[in-house]
Amino acid sequence: MSKANLLDRRAVVKSLLADRNGAIAVGGLGASTYDIAAAGDHDRNFYLWGAMGGAVMIGLGLALAQPKLPVVVITGDGEMLMGLGSLATVGLQKPGNLSIVVLDNEAYGETGGQMSHTASAVNLVGVAQACGIADTSTLETMAEIEAFASSLRDVSAGPRFASVKIDAANLERVLSNRDGTFVLNRLRGSLGFSPI
Amino acid sequence: MHARADVAAEQAAENTPSWPEEIFAILQRFDVRQVPYVPDAGHSQLIERVLGSSTMRGIPLTTEEEGVALLAGAWAGGQRGVLLMQSSGVGNCINMLSLTQVFRFPFLTLVTMRGEWGEFNPWQVPMGSSTQAVFELSGIKVLRASQPGEVGEVMEAAASQAYNACTPTAVLLSQRLIGTKVFVK
Repeated sequence: MSKANLLDRRAVVKSLLADRNGAIAVGGLGASTYDIAAAGDHDRNFYLWGAMGGAVMIGLGLALAQPKLPVVVITGDGEMLMGLGSLATVGLQKPGNLSIVVLDNEAYGETGGQMSHTASAVNLVGVAQACGIADTSTLETMAEIEAFASSLRDVSAGPRFASVKIDAANLERVLSNRDGTFVLNRLRGSLGFSPI
Repeated sequence: MHARADVAAEQAAENTPSWPEEIFAILQRFDVRQVPYVPDAGHSQLIERVLGSSTMRGIPLTTEEEGVALLAGAWAGGQRGVLLMQSSGVGNCINMLSLTQVFRFPFLTLVTMRGEWGEFNPWQVPMGSSTQAVFELSGIKVLRASQPGEVGEVMEAAASQAYNACTPTAVLLSQRLIGTKVFVK
């Protein structure tokens, strides 16, 4: 079921990563990882196929280790709901280079479209704000997505949290690599680190 | 007056075990940079040292599984870390421990044990009793230190195999080592 005026998730992610300026992109399991793959494979794409609730924390570990690089976590509302505490942990650490984008379709699309808490009760932007993340926004137009994408390169102004209400249509899966050691070591290689 | 101050200092030194200092020195030598933790009395001295360090970053968590994911991200970004928690937190990590096999990254955790050796609180006993088995079923190697004199060598072995061989490793610090928590004097 699609509502009017909701953004297309593939167009949103493509725009976020169009001019990435060295950014590392972490994809939450399921559709967010497929969206990142659909935007084009890249050495600095960190695809998750599990670790539900952990995408923001993986992003935080990366952001603290690479403070000069933009790190953007792109995940879904269900994945974010499972790790709400991680917003509190980010709010305490305040890494300037970390941005979190939730693609919110108000449903668990990968498992049959069951309603999520954001459909009628939970305001994730409010949660992020209450956790001490000062730069929070709701993005509703592609122009706002583009402006947000440009802001990512300022690695001193974060952490940022943005919610994007997207169309709930289930799109064809675009499968990324799912070999964790490959994806991890490829990213490390692009940052100049050798295998052990 | 000086004599009394000396006595006080001596007593303080006796009450402050040296093994947390040994752990800190080994973590420093292995260039550990990110130290996520859920606080525990048994880790308090080490946490203080970490928070006062210029090279390590202490990162308080809301739940222990956050630390497993954080360490995977830290390694992807080129930094080593160690997760400090209590035995009751190990159960909170189970699904996230998959990352140690999926990424084969150098995972090290130091776990202070509850629910054993004269425990007063029955609520600590079930998780404390299954901590080692949970780790082993999750593919994590378990080493244990029960006496102050063995902490250094156990830590050295654990850090070596975790960081040099990417062998995920948990060090259990026995309740006998940290002292049974006293609820009623």
